[in-house]
Amino acid sequence: MTTRSFGEPIARLEDPRLLTGRGRFLDDIGHRALAAAFVRSPHAHARIADIDVTDAVDVEGLVAIFTHDDLDGRAGEPLPLLIPHEALTHGRTGYALAKDEVNHVGEPIVMVVATDRYVAEDVCARIRVDYEFLPPVVGIEAAREAELLVHDDVPGNVAAHMVQQNGDVEAALAAAPHVLELDLDIERSASTPLEGRGVHARWDPDDASLRVYTSTQASTSVRAALAARLELPLDRVEVVAPDVGGGFGVKIVHPWPEEVLVPWAAIRLGREVKWTEDRREHFVGATHERGQLQHVEVGFDDDGRLLGLDVTVWHDNGAYTPYGIIVPIITTTQLLGPYKPGAYRAEFFSLYTNTVTVTPYRGAGRPQGCFAMERTMDAIAAHLGLDRTVVRERNFIRPDEMPYDHGLIFQDGRPLVYDSGDYPATLDKLKKLIGWDEFEAFRAEARAAGRRVGIGIACYVEGTGVGPYEGGWVKVETDGTVVAATGLTTQGQGHRTVFAQVVASELGVPVDRVVVTTGDTRRFGYAVGTFASRAAVMSGNALASAARKVREKALRVAGEALEADPRDLEIVDGVVRVTGSPAGAPGASIPLATVAVLANPLRYAFDREAERATQFGGPVDFSKPPVAEGDSPGLEDTGFYSPPRSTFANGMHAAIVETDPDTAEISILRYCVVHDCGTLINPRIVEGQIHGGVAQGVGGALYERMVYDDAGQLLNASFMDFLMPYATEVPVIETDHLETPSPLNPLGIKGAGEAGVIPGSAVLASAISDAEGFAVTRMPISPSDLFSLRLARESR
Amino acid sequence: MKPAGFTYHRPVTVDDAVAVLAEVGPAGKVLAGGQSLVPLLNMRLAAPEHLVDINRLSGLAYVRADGDGVTVGALARHADVERDETAYAVLPLLRETLRHVAHPTIRNRGTTVGSIAHADPAGELTAVLALLGGTVTLRRAGGQRTVAAADFFTGPMSTCADAGELVTSVTFPVPEGRTGAVWTEVARRHGDYAVCGTGVVVTLDDDLRVAGARAAYVSMGPEPVVVDLTEAVAGAMYDDAGWPAAGRLAAGLLEPDDDIHATAAYRRHLAEVLTARALREAAGRAAGGQR
Repeated sequence: MTTRSFGEPIARLEDPRLLTGRGRFLDDIGHRALAAAFVRSPHAHARIADIDVTDAVDVEGLVAIFTHDDLDGRAGEPLPLLIPHEALTHGRTGYALAKDEVNHVGEPIVMVVATDRYVAEDVCARIRVDYEFLPPVVGIEAAREAELLVHDDVPGNVAAHMVQQNGDVEAALAAAPHVLELDLDIERSASTPLEGRGVHARWDPDDASLRVYTSTQASTSVRAALAARLELPLDRVEVVAPDVGGGFGVKIVHPWPEEVLVPWAAIRLGREVKWTEDRREHFVGATHERGQLQHVEVGFDDDGRLLGLDVTVWHDNGAYTPYGIIVPIITTTQLLGPYKPGAYRAEFFSLYTNTVTVTPYRGAGRPQGCFAMERTMDAIAAHLGLDRTVVRERNFIRPDEMPYDHGLIFQDGRPLVYDSGDYPATLDKLKKLIGWDEFEAFRAEARAAGRRVGIGIACYVEGTGVGPYEGGWVKVETDGTVVAATGLTTQGQGHRTVFAQVVASELGVPVDRVVVTTGDTRRFGYAVGTFASRAAVMSGNALASAARKVREKALRVAGEALEADPRDLEIVDGVVRVTGSPAGAPGASIPLATVAVLANPLRYAFDREAERATQFGGPVDFSKPPVAEGDSPGLEDTGFYSPPRSTFANGMHAAIVETDPDTAEISILRYCVVHDCGTLINPRIVEGQIHGGVAQGVGGALYERMVYDDAGQLLNASFMDFLMPYATEVPVIETDHLETPSPLNPLGIKGAGEAGVIPGSAVLASAISDAEGFAVTRMPISPSDLFSLRLARESR
Repeated sequence: MKPAGFTYHRPVTVDDAVAVLAEVGPAGKVLAGGQSLVPLLNMRLAAPEHLVDINRLSGLAYVRADGDGVTVGALARHADVERDETAYAVLPLLRETLRHVAHPTIRNRGTTVGSIAHADPAGELTAVLALLGGTVTLRRAGGQRTVAAADFFTGPMSTCADAGELVTSVTFPVPEGRTGAVWTEVARRHGDYAVCGTGVVVTLDDDLRVAGARAAYVSMGPEPVVVDLTEAVAGAMYDDAGWPAAGRLAAGLLEPDDDIHATAAYRRHLAEVLTARALREAAGRAAGGQR
């Protein structure tokens, strides 16, 4: 069928608009709005003794200064803990504006509203806050030692302690012929979208309604949270995510302090108010991720088969836990990757520090888990003198063992059961793609030329498409345009394209006739949000369901008009026709646009199309009401998708690196990816997702770290010193795909959004270790770090 | 990240510019390409009361090259210097070095003179000017003076320029004799400030023996460091000189600091390695007549 674009690598429909500067991002909205700026704590841990605004109140253009004392009603309560968990015994959240105490540099204390941002920042500079300093807890070791506490009422700085177990690990380790222990370290990084956060709010006093634009990943939940916090009826609050310049996880957190304060101030002042986050604010005022220490104890047999695996993770959750303990739960469950671990025990401690709060960043705990497991696999191979791919293959879950139940509970509270996947086939493809078996010849050649090269591999399995649900709405307009909406949000993934492909293919219309809206609560109110590689799985299937219902109705209405059995009809290129009849055959076809007209009986002929739907527009069956009982006017419907449990994508990466024997510079010579996310909707977009993920994986492995000093100051809070890789640092990425459909959803798809980033640190640590001849256990690694490791090794 | 308020001046002649600078004194700051200054203003790390924008002084947008050297006016962009074929013919080191200065978009806007007047010890052009023993010309109301690079740089981000003076040009002299020059550096990412960078000039005599070797460094101290390494290699054939010894000599003379990107030990090690590599390459160029 010519209209079936599903599965085709079509170009992104949103790009012409975005690439010609016609995007509409948060800062493009509300030019007449008042501007907000914040006085943020310059100290990591302190009590607020006094706030003195004397020098600030005379600044021309100042509108208002707010502190916690001004926050009335629920606006002044602690921010919500979004995902409670029984293991999170000591969850803590901050306030929209700090009350009495600050727990990290960057925590907002005073809100200033002024005629523009320049004036607002002038005012901020004149406000004097006096602090009583408290000693800060910085770094996981300090948090674990707990000589000092972040929160007085949280003993040991332990927010959560959780153990999951399947089998008797102690016995398995005691009986294992070989046991190894590893200590591993992953540093902090962050999502760092190019567009930071931002909020614009407009209060209509006559309508008693609030419209909020926010650069978010979860507009429906922001809406509900704001209605609750500002004590407004839900139906009087609209939240819209405009074009969003990247999220990568950080924008799933809500409501941010600023997201509460900007609408609160707009209502209070009766004026439009806007806040656009700047880069420094984003580094210290948003959230980070990744920081963990890990201890692994593994028992295995002479063939390298796992018998027991005991993992302990110390997870740095920063100052607060607004997003619960999702990240360490994912680390300790997704760590298992494509392997059968034997007896397994995972324990984590989620620890408070006086640093920026930790919430999911693309990968969301998986890169750390993958690092632990894959470093372990390499250690086993090294210990037994086996090829690293052989050890992995021997531990794989086989395709005939699917679905595979790990006997653990996943992040969504449901059993960790893999639905499908063919790991041996994935590995086989990867080995061919990178030339694994030919590498030793290349190494010998390079060595002869004085060069040092290494190859690495890392495998992962990623739970994607978590529930509870998403919905979709599809409507055929009377001009034949198909409009579709889903409540979850878009941050650049290409949702408008893939959702259009899904709807167009289900309906039988050209893809460019489908216009998709996301993240606008005015258009679709039931949604969860964009995270956990779930959009295509969840909204894709929901929109497919809605489109199928619309198609069914279109065939019914067209059947009546054509006096044909709907079962004999098909929709091709936006025309309903008797199956197999030639295009334009008289009496055998009717455009979908006309069907839409006929589906909505009218009294008024406001245009020529409408005339056909009035009571005098055509033959009428006077024995029936114009709209049958149980039917509804128009050619539109909604559908929902709610999965029984997550679907599990997988992939494997291999890289060849060169390390300079003199300068310790690290170059990636080749980077290969084999990826299986089930049925592909658009291979080009999946490829783009992988590329972006790999770029962030390379960043996390070789460049990005959050450098805190002992006082809790973030020393590199700018793009000059926080080294996000440029295009020049990202290697050419070679990809290959497998398509193992998910049995859990009608379209057979699995998520792809986070995949590319997951094995980045693991595969590059593997390759660098191979080049250098010693195990790298701490990531990221810089040339200076590698130089220090070489020196330490030489002096041993 | 919005700057504090300032008074904006946009003179159209050099005389007007120096008159304004004289009037506002230490409260004034010159804006040329703005690639260093504007971020400092936005982060409120600098808050001058007066900003004197010299972008209308089109007479200063020149690159003049002859057999003696290359003179760059205060409004010539890095990209103008980088692309100037005559400058490349007489002093190829400039183009080679400029390719390490940030990214093309920054080089299209940032000025060579501005980066030298800013005197960032991590700035490649400051090191090259020091290496070549170049000069800086400053105008003030009613006069001008020319000072040697060694006297111009007085510390990190500080120069001998007085309030009221405008740097109007810098001159990079062509080294005398049979010379070859090289710039090399290790940066964390392409275009970043170097972790360690070095520019070298090797002079050979008529028998292709090493007569002189000098090196300048960035990110290895509070100001551009120039060291003479001749003693380690003097008299040796260009292709058989003890370059590693020169590298060790250089490393011993430098006192880099730790920072968040590298340890001092790594920097010193890089200086040793890069110096030897650059000197070997420069000597080869000198022997081949490539400068």
